[in-house]
Amino acid sequence: MSAASPTIEPHLTTGAIVAKTPRPFVLARRTIITPILLALLMIAIALLTMMTGSRPFNQVIIDVFLRVILVVGLYVFIGNSGVLSFGHIGFTCLGAYVAAWLTINPMMKKMAFTGLPSWLIKTQMPYWEAAIIAAIFAGLAALIFGRILMRLSGIAASIATFAMLAMINTIYSNWETVTGGTSSVVGIPIIRSIWPYLIAAIISIFIAWAHAISRSGLALRAARDEPTAAAASGVDIPRERLVAFVISGAIMGLGGALMAHSIGVVTPDTFYLGLTFITIAMLVVGGMGSLSGAVIGVVFLSALIQTLRWLEAGVSIGDVAFAIPKGLQEIALGIIMIIILALRPAGVFGNREISLTRNRGD
Amino acid sequence: MLQILFDALSLGSLYALGALGIALIFGVMRLVNFAHGDVIAFCVFALLWPSTDAMAIVFAGQLPWYLLIPFVLLCGAGLSVLCEIVVFRRFRKANPATMMIASFALGFVIRYFLLMLFSSRPKSINLLPELSQPVEIFGARLPLLQLITIVATMLILLGLTVFLRRTRFGLEMRAAAENFSMARMLGVRANRVIMGAFALSGALAGAIALIFVAQTGTADIQMGAAIMLMAFIATVIGGLGSLAGAVLAGFLLGAASVIMQVMLPIDARPFRDAFVYGAVILVLLFRPQGLISARGTKERV
Repeated sequence: MSAASPTIEPHLTTGAIVAKTPRPFVLARRTIITPILLALLMIAIALLTMMTGSRPFNQVIIDVFLRVILVVGLYVFIGNSGVLSFGHIGFTCLGAYVAAWLTINPMMKKMAFTGLPSWLIKTQMPYWEAAIIAAIFAGLAALIFGRILMRLSGIAASIATFAMLAMINTIYSNWETVTGGTSSVVGIPIIRSIWPYLIAAIISIFIAWAHAISRSGLALRAARDEPTAAAASGVDIPRERLVAFVISGAIMGLGGALMAHSIGVVTPDTFYLGLTFITIAMLVVGGMGSLSGAVIGVVFLSALIQTLRWLEAGVSIGDVAFAIPKGLQEIALGIIMIIILALRPAGVFGNREISLTRNRGD
Repeated sequence: MLQILFDALSLGSLYALGALGIALIFGVMRLVNFAHGDVIAFCVFALLWPSTDAMAIVFAGQLPWYLLIPFVLLCGAGLSVLCEIVVFRRFRKANPATMMIASFALGFVIRYFLLMLFSSRPKSINLLPELSQPVEIFGARLPLLQLITIVATMLILLGLTVFLRRTRFGLEMRAAAENFSMARMLGVRANRVIMGAFALSGALAGAIALIFVAQTGTADIQMGAAIMLMAFIATVIGGLGSLAGAVLAGFLLGAASVIMQVMLPIDARPFRDAFVYGAVILVLLFRPQGLISARGTKERV
């Protein structure tokens, strides 16, 4: 990643923490305002949705929260390590299928997944337990893949994560007896209330923040900006990357499980290139190195997509009803993304975070 | 046996040409061009008259072959250069991730533009039907088309090599790929070289489009993406920025796919691609810089 942005500050803090160990939690106290503000933003969106009380809008906001979870999960790895990963949606896929295996009615499971072990067919648990297990499962998968992949860096690592995504997709599309192949898995209980999604989004924001200011997170950010100097100062880069990879994998798995519950149907192709690119685009537009950028990128692009959809469906202003032609929504989205990136190549936020006091750098 | 060899070569040809198109652009401006696949799709649909019917109305596709081929190549080159002028020129100084996302967004725009004109249904076109007859060589029956694909790819590769090694423009392009800022200081025009790279890469996309349509007989908006993934992977395995590496890795990937299709037990065959991608990860672990690493891409400290 380019180290063009002014990032003198983090080295100083990293050095200070490692060398002198100042008063505990000083960094936490200084930065906690960011996740709090972001969580408040999420809560405000949720309350606004409550007040309108419209069903379709409810679903839209659930999608926003899900994307927040996914993009924050991406940020934990991509933002802190600077390695672009195309594979994280694979963990979302793993999480979604775990949720399906654990929550579908055993009667239906017996017919749909003949290859599952019988103890798994018999279990049926509430969605939130299933979601936690899904997150742990995805984290474990990330640990296994990460042990191999984190030895790579730069574009080779990106391609390797991409190969991982394609592998997961191929396996889940073809292992008919366990995953139902390419056909949709139905019967997952649908959760329509927005609160579980809100809570999960806020939890992932706080996990991401806690990781970013932890010793491991700071070391990783140092390695992102100055790999040689960080390695020379004793940062074990593959290890710190692995930590971030596992945490972000778990968050992606959680997002996948909840996504399964929001639509009630999963197919392997839901979790493939389309979702990968839209989530990465949200992260990059918001600002890759910033948690605020991740969250606000989602809110901003989601709002844009939704507005364009409404325009496509037709809006009447006064007596005149007008609608933009079908397909123009995606074209407009692409053009707007290009314009934003041309104007602000580092994303809207770059490396900065929102907070009440003005701060420079991270 | 011969059949396997030819299958591998013709699949590898497609991957190699795709990888070359990406490697050319990466060499001069460090951009991984995700829009390349959509340029391929655009070239395919340039053969048709815009309509949303399932039956394709072949328009330009009815030209005789000696006009058809230049037409498609020009389409690809034109669109590619247009992309450069309108979009990528503004991203010269951006970091690779931003450029990658911008190219993806651009591909998105092209794809949905095609979708608006043609709808998402795959269409069948019968392009140059006389090519699908089988011919007999050394006792193996091969479609003539496969033979032509391989020969055409070889000719393209040969022509490109001569172009890059023997002409002034080729020399400038190789110099730019080696060390862009140094080349500029020595009098290489940045815009000219970059536009040349985009034009070449677009023409290659046109070539892929022709071969692909003739092979499958369908025009599908998604088809660019499938080749692109493999081509993209081939570029990296070959060593980003190295043209010879991209071609080599393209052929290797084609060979790996075909060989695994034959060698794997029946039960495991649906998972063929998973094995191919696993092999990709293995190759990257042992040679993260690619099979043939390009000089000048490694950052100095």
